[in-house]
Amino acid sequence: MTVGRRNLAAFAALFSIPLGWALIFMIFPYAVMIAVGFWTRQFPLFVPDFQRGNFVQLFSDPQYITVILRTLKIALLVTLGAILLGYPLAYFLVFTVKSQKWRNLLYMSVIVPLWVSYLLRAYTWKIILGTNGALNSLLLSFGLIDEPLTLFLYNQASMVITLVYIFVPFMVMPLFTVLDNIPKALIEASEDLGVGPFITFWRVIFPLSLGGLIAGATLTFCLAFGDFVAPVLVGGPDGTMVANLLQSQFGAALNWPLGSALATLVLILVLAVLTVSSRFDRRDHIDMN
Amino acid sequence: MMASLQWWQRGLVGFSLLVLIFLYVPIVILVLFSFNDSPVTSFPLSGFTLRWYQQFLANNQMLTALGNSLIVASFATLLSVVIGVTAALALDRYSFPGKDIFRNAILLPLSLPGIVTGIAMLNFYKQIGIPQSLTAVVIGHATALLGVVVSQVMARLAKLNLRLLEASADLGATPFETFYRVILPNIRTSIIGSALLCFTLSFDEIPVTYFLTGRDVTLPIYIYSTLRRGITPEINAVGSIIVAASFVLVVLSVTMLRDQTKSK
Repeated sequence: MTVGRRNLAAFAALFSIPLGWALIFMIFPYAVMIAVGFWTRQFPLFVPDFQRGNFVQLFSDPQYITVILRTLKIALLVTLGAILLGYPLAYFLVFTVKSQKWRNLLYMSVIVPLWVSYLLRAYTWKIILGTNGALNSLLLSFGLIDEPLTLFLYNQASMVITLVYIFVPFMVMPLFTVLDNIPKALIEASEDLGVGPFITFWRVIFPLSLGGLIAGATLTFCLAFGDFVAPVLVGGPDGTMVANLLQSQFGAALNWPLGSALATLVLILVLAVLTVSSRFDRRDHIDMN
Repeated sequence: MMASLQWWQRGLVGFSLLVLIFLYVPIVILVLFSFNDSPVTSFPLSGFTLRWYQQFLANNQMLTALGNSLIVASFATLLSVVIGVTAALALDRYSFPGKDIFRNAILLPLSLPGIVTGIAMLNFYKQIGIPQSLTAVVIGHATALLGVVVSQVMARLAKLNLRLLEASADLGATPFETFYRVILPNIRTSIIGSALLCFTLSFDEIPVTYFLTGRDVTLPIYIYSTLRRGITPEINAVGSIIVAASFVLVVLSVTMLRDQTKSK
């Protein structure tokens, strides 16, 4: 129903609350952040003088470029890892588990960890991978190593493991939905025509699941790219990510304009990824069904 | 059952079970070490203790932080639900210019890194003079979590039979009566389900909280800053409590939201 004159009053009353809220507390903040990115820092204040110096600095200082490229690399590896673990799992849930009850139960057991404290799920990898941690002590007691290894924690590998662990359910959710919606008749038809399971997968199932794959990969990539907690807990100097740089600009370095410029860059990058991926797939990104 | 499966299917079953184990082993380890009678988180376990739980209950800073978290999550959930449900109703019932932009804007923070949202809000609050405080955190959480309520409630509204609303209007009900007596009962479980999710997510939120909070910290921020100094088993204890509580809330909320598919 379009807004007619009769409905106008009801619509206005209803809509003013969320519109006002979204404008004041959501649209304006992003706008202000982008603006502050063009300001300059003159200790202890920030001068609204609209220079593009911050952005020039981000693109010319190797420190920032290194960290941005590293963050891209880690986010891509995390996305790849989540696909490698998540796709078979989603396929298993939809096509191998025959009982509806078990399928629901197992699917729920995949998505529940997603909402069970993100901080604690990141932190537990610190316990597992630490020098005096669970993994080292297990390896020691099995006699596989003679002294604790320090190579598990505070590097890019520990970052990737932790983030894959955190984001796998985000991969499984959309994949489960698309796989579950593939008409079984198509698969039966393919088998009736004498095609083996691998060709059926490659020519029928996989192309039809691309939408879910893209949705899950997009979400995983975007969230991993901006992750705030894992770099601090398990990252170490070699695992420094964009979030650490942002944090220091608003903390120790106290350079909000530069930090805002960097955050704007992250915003643009994430929006670009979201836009490109929505070209391929126009579904809502979180589907709890 | 396994006998009827081909080799690659058996491999798939095995691999999937490993991934499921991968999802739960870290959580089990956290709980296990919360009862371990040693401050070091290494195997073999050195005996059962409730010491870390007692230490948590005696730690006033931690309890204050827990209280702050509960307050923030409650108010943020309340705000998200009120604003989110009105937004979902407006988006579902009317079409208007800029509708897509409005919907995308509300859903955006769900897929944006929390740190960008947090920094955006910090900048804005500084400009308009809202001090960093728990109030600022509540506003920030409510805004960031709006999308959860909007997407879930809209999904349910889309399945509502429009004839019910017409019938209600024909029988002379005011829009408010129609909402209260027809729409609300039909979307109730999606509201409760998304409220539980909002509460859980707000309770656990770090990036937005980190930038917006002042001297009063929430529990995740307290834990987060403690962890930067080193591991204490107390955190395993409070972590296990949080895991247990959020497990219950999440299973409840997923069950509520699941009604959607059943009622199709």
